[in-house]
Amino acid sequence: MPQKQIMSSEEITRAITRIAHEILEKNKGAKALALIGIRTGGAFLAKRFQEKIKEIEGTEIELGLLDITLYRDDLTEIGAQPDIRETEIDFGVSGKKIILVDDVLFTGRTIRCAMDAIIDFGRPEFIQLAVLIDRGHRELPIKADYVGKNIPTSKQEDVVVNLKECGEEDSVVVFEGETKND
Amino acid sequence: MTKTAWTRKDLVGLKDLSREEITLILDTAKSLQEVSTRPVKKVPTLRGRTVANMFFEPSTRTRISFELAEKRLSADTINFSAATSSTVKGESIKDTVRNIESLKVDIIVMRHPASGAPHRLAERLDVSFINAGDGINEHPTQALLDMFTIKEKKGTLEGVKVTFIGDILHSRVARSNIWGLTKMGAKVVVCGPKTLIPPKVEELGVEVIYDLYDAIKDADVINLLRIQMERQSECFFPSIREYANTYQINRKVLEVAKKDVVIMHPGPVNRGIEVSSDVMDGPSSVILDQVTNGLAVRMAVLYLLSGARKKIEG
Repeated sequence: MPQKQIMSSEEITRAITRIAHEILEKNKGAKALALIGIRTGGAFLAKRFQEKIKEIEGTEIELGLLDITLYRDDLTEIGAQPDIRETEIDFGVSGKKIILVDDVLFTGRTIRCAMDAIIDFGRPEFIQLAVLIDRGHRELPIKADYVGKNIPTSKQEDVVVNLKECGEEDSVVVFEGETKND
Repeated sequence: MTKTAWTRKDLVGLKDLSREEITLILDTAKSLQEVSTRPVKKVPTLRGRTVANMFFEPSTRTRISFELAEKRLSADTINFSAATSSTVKGESIKDTVRNIESLKVDIIVMRHPASGAPHRLAERLDVSFINAGDGINEHPTQALLDMFTIKEKKGTLEGVKVTFIGDILHSRVARSNIWGLTKMGAKVVVCGPKTLIPPKVEELGVEVIYDLYDAIKDADVINLLRIQMERQSECFFPSIREYANTYQINRKVLEVAKKDVVIMHPGPVNRGIEVSSDVMDGPSSVILDQVTNGLAVRMAVLYLLSGARKKIEG
């Protein structure tokens, strides 16, 4: 399958550093901030944001991991049930400034699921969205507050974020052919 | 996580399940445990699905556990109990179930005194069946929650020694556990009065030890079975008191057991018969953890079966 690398390891690191600064600037520091990463890619990125923010600000903000399977709107359409992975949000979200993190923003449906799930944990002060890649083709009125890179894609293409936490070298690759993003 | 996909319409027993399918249920249950600890203890996963709980035999734990599991997943539920239904007017079980199916119910959770009842209905009808106990045959979700609890307490099922004590003959809990535990690599021992040990039970891969002390001395888990007064029409042992004297788990008996042995019981417990009150309420007992875990296990089964239903509905 033809593929094209659109972000290198260095570019990913720079994007994470920039977004961490933007999060702190926009929210005037780390007070009441908490990160929630969407499994699996977003969870690893959220952990990196947490480390970067600690490096810059000296405070470790809370980090939660979210699996959105139970909130999907396509469970009646797809085949066998997808695996459910563990959701770990060990802090109260009420009153928190939540930064939701995902690797690729596409239709927006995953983000809708994630927002519904977060609100079942409490009433945050607000939710902002940070993504490494925005590839367009939104099906819901959702917009990211922080974007690593905007990539114009066709619906037939597949955007894959490889991360070293999964045993790969950091990179973002576009494949031609059937999309697997959701 | 496992790569197995769930394709079965029904869960009627553990006899036919593979090790991978059992692992998938247990892993899914592990992920679902967290839902019950949230401020809003509910997820929208089974919205618009209907589950009928049909209990032709009394039940507290299993019925409440299933109903709560259904509600936590946002399914709509209807409850049927034989005593207040047309069953007392003589309607056959198959007719009753077909009427329920005509109401576009997706899943039927069934407990029935006849062994094999859910199996026969599941073969003939499109609706999904979950066996919540059939006669003396199987009680798969109880065995799954027992296995989940053992895995939680001991970290694994592989090589764990589990001793069942009591009425093995009439126990669907023991039977399902034997199917499941042996597939998962656990060592199973059964112990009880000779009259209550099924003939040829060794052929299922379990060891029979009649002496209580020998049976528990190197057990990691002791799973006590209820003496089922309602199934004791014949005389299987001389008296309840003699049974308690010979087979009761109490502090004195536990002196020979491993220090970290865990005591399980599917409930309802006959306090002072299978187990003494102090042991039941003591630190080794995980009886109430079993109840908590049962909820997550039943949510997992409901979730997985709903996926398989999509094929039927096309």
